[in-house]
Amino acid sequence: MATLEIRDLHVSVLTDDVPKEILRGVDLTISSGETHAIMGPNGSGKSTLAYSLAGHPKYRITSGSVHLDGVDLLGLTADQRARAGLFLAMQYPVEVPGVSMSNFLRSAATAIRGEAPPIRKWVKEVKTAMSDLGIDSEFADRSVNEGFSGGEKKRHEILQLGLLRPKFAVLDETDSGLDVDALRIVSQGVNRYKTTSDASGQPVGVMLITHYTRILRYINPDFVHVFAAGRVVESGGPELANELEANGYERFAGAGASA
Amino acid sequence: MGGTIQTTEEVSAPLGLTEHSHVGGRTVRSAATTSHVLRIASTQIADHLVPISKDEAWRFTPLRRLRGLHDETPLTGRAGDDFEVEIDAPELVSAVSLAGAAADWVRGSSGDHPVDRPAARAWQQTPDLFLVDVPANTEIEETITVTFRGLSAANAIPAHLVVRIGHHSKAHVMVTYEGSATLTENVEIVVGDGSSVTFAASHEWNADTVHLTHHRLRIGRDAHLKHAVLTFGGDLVRVVTTASYDGPGGDAELLGLYFADAGQHLEHRLLLDHQAPQCKSRAYYKGALQGRAAHTVWVGDVLIRPEASGTDTYEMNRNLLLTDGCRADSIPNLEIETGDIVGAGHASATGRFDDDQLFYLQSRGIPEDVARRLVVRGFFGEVLNRIGIPAIVEHASGIVERELAVSGI
Repeated sequence: MATLEIRDLHVSVLTDDVPKEILRGVDLTISSGETHAIMGPNGSGKSTLAYSLAGHPKYRITSGSVHLDGVDLLGLTADQRARAGLFLAMQYPVEVPGVSMSNFLRSAATAIRGEAPPIRKWVKEVKTAMSDLGIDSEFADRSVNEGFSGGEKKRHEILQLGLLRPKFAVLDETDSGLDVDALRIVSQGVNRYKTTSDASGQPVGVMLITHYTRILRYINPDFVHVFAAGRVVESGGPELANELEANGYERFAGAGASA
Repeated sequence: MGGTIQTTEEVSAPLGLTEHSHVGGRTVRSAATTSHVLRIASTQIADHLVPISKDEAWRFTPLRRLRGLHDETPLTGRAGDDFEVEIDAPELVSAVSLAGAAADWVRGSSGDHPVDRPAARAWQQTPDLFLVDVPANTEIEETITVTFRGLSAANAIPAHLVVRIGHHSKAHVMVTYEGSATLTENVEIVVGDGSSVTFAASHEWNADTVHLTHHRLRIGRDAHLKHAVLTFGGDLVRVVTTASYDGPGGDAELLGLYFADAGQHLEHRLLLDHQAPQCKSRAYYKGALQGRAAHTVWVGDVLIRPEASGTDTYEMNRNLLLTDGCRADSIPNLEIETGDIVGAGHASATGRFDDDQLFYLQSRGIPEDVARRLVVRGFFGEVLNRIGIPAIVEHASGIVERELAVSGI
């Protein structure tokens, strides 16, 4: 059993050359096979947590630790973290003009798996994965995310999740901007990978970051954490999500401020 | 003052039959145009002053590094001693070296004349002119290749190449420049009515080369020309491209790709002269720079004359600064003298490496150096793929790969 262990994580960003603390002591442990929903109001630092874990250069870790399977993630570059088994599905996937999706996917798979996948097997694998997510095959020839709609970008994030087979996946607001049909397809993609990773004996651990509860109707969380003012302020089971659905985040407003 | 301004009368002169009698004659300014982008066009050296850095056309060029090509340096470089030219073309194509009266007959086929002194010097002092002649109604499948190999940078070389494609023909021509040279050159590309032509010039010079060249493109009625300039090598390379149309329906796609390393000066200037109605032009130039004092210049002048109704034009230049200490100048310029056009636009952008793109690729496990290469390849790919001729695209891709390997990106 692997774990993703976040301890007392403090993170700042530079705004107008002045460091501003966004994360104020995040504590969270996710074990293989578990799905943790991180819920919180806008501006509570959820996305900062996602980017900090993945190693975005904009965020500065001021204290704390993150270990994946005992490996100190914070000492690694973004690509090393990915190769260690971490995956981030981004809220706003980046467009990379001129780099075809197929070239990108193969480069990524080659890096993560340590060797280039055999070409015929790979083509079939990608084709199947794309059709599972209702992605037209012509997307393989298009530049990475360029001109994709919001829904198309999210489908491609989940496509990568399935192909890169991480030990831990951070899904940052994957539900935002999706209509009901797209939400169902994307959620099925996540669940499909949960099932296959389970069957392979390396069940994925999922951190599902979301503002709303609607994606939790499709992806069942084992734990729900409320995130406010840069840290986890309350943890519970799926029932906590129901309470948030009914009452909103008012109860937690200012909860983190006393930290 | 002698010298002539390009006029609409000249432009409509029959192909390949341009008389030289107007040379050194009166100064003619088209009554309708007050354009700032038109320069004196003349074959006479005396009509062109020695460039100084205050001249708009030369203000970015380090004149001291030109080895006097723009001034008085004798142009004594000769074939066999200072350079050699190889032409590889199928039998249907006439590829010859011409001198004397035969050369005079072909020189000026594009109908346009040198716009600066180094080009005028080359025009007057090139003893042997190279002609690649594709007859009318002929489709050539294989790429016609011309290799210009500099053997020495010691003696300044004058050179002149004419590529003439008859009407309703199809051909691809690739000219590769390599070795060491100090060269001032004229290139004329004449595309007959209804023809479809791809012409690529690839500058793969050694680091000690200085190369000034003026490409003059003449696009026939309903003809299509893809003109690609690939510039990688050389200490200083300056390519001036002027294009004009013979009649309505012409389509010119001007593609450029350059990669400047430390100390290199690579300059590309375009003048797209829309003087015929219903013509189309596209210019897509992309450059990458890295290393101390790497400098690139792109100037894209587009002139739409009053008679060029229905013109559709767009030009784009993008530069990618890979390191500190390099400089890219990019100046698009559009002059429109008729409101009756389909479209006219331009875009210019110079930026640093996009950290978000890099992060995105890295977050998928791709190591930083591989990610950087992917992005640079992708950046160039957009222009590269437009060239469309697999042999040329592959060749150019190979050079980009070598540049990336050399630079350790």
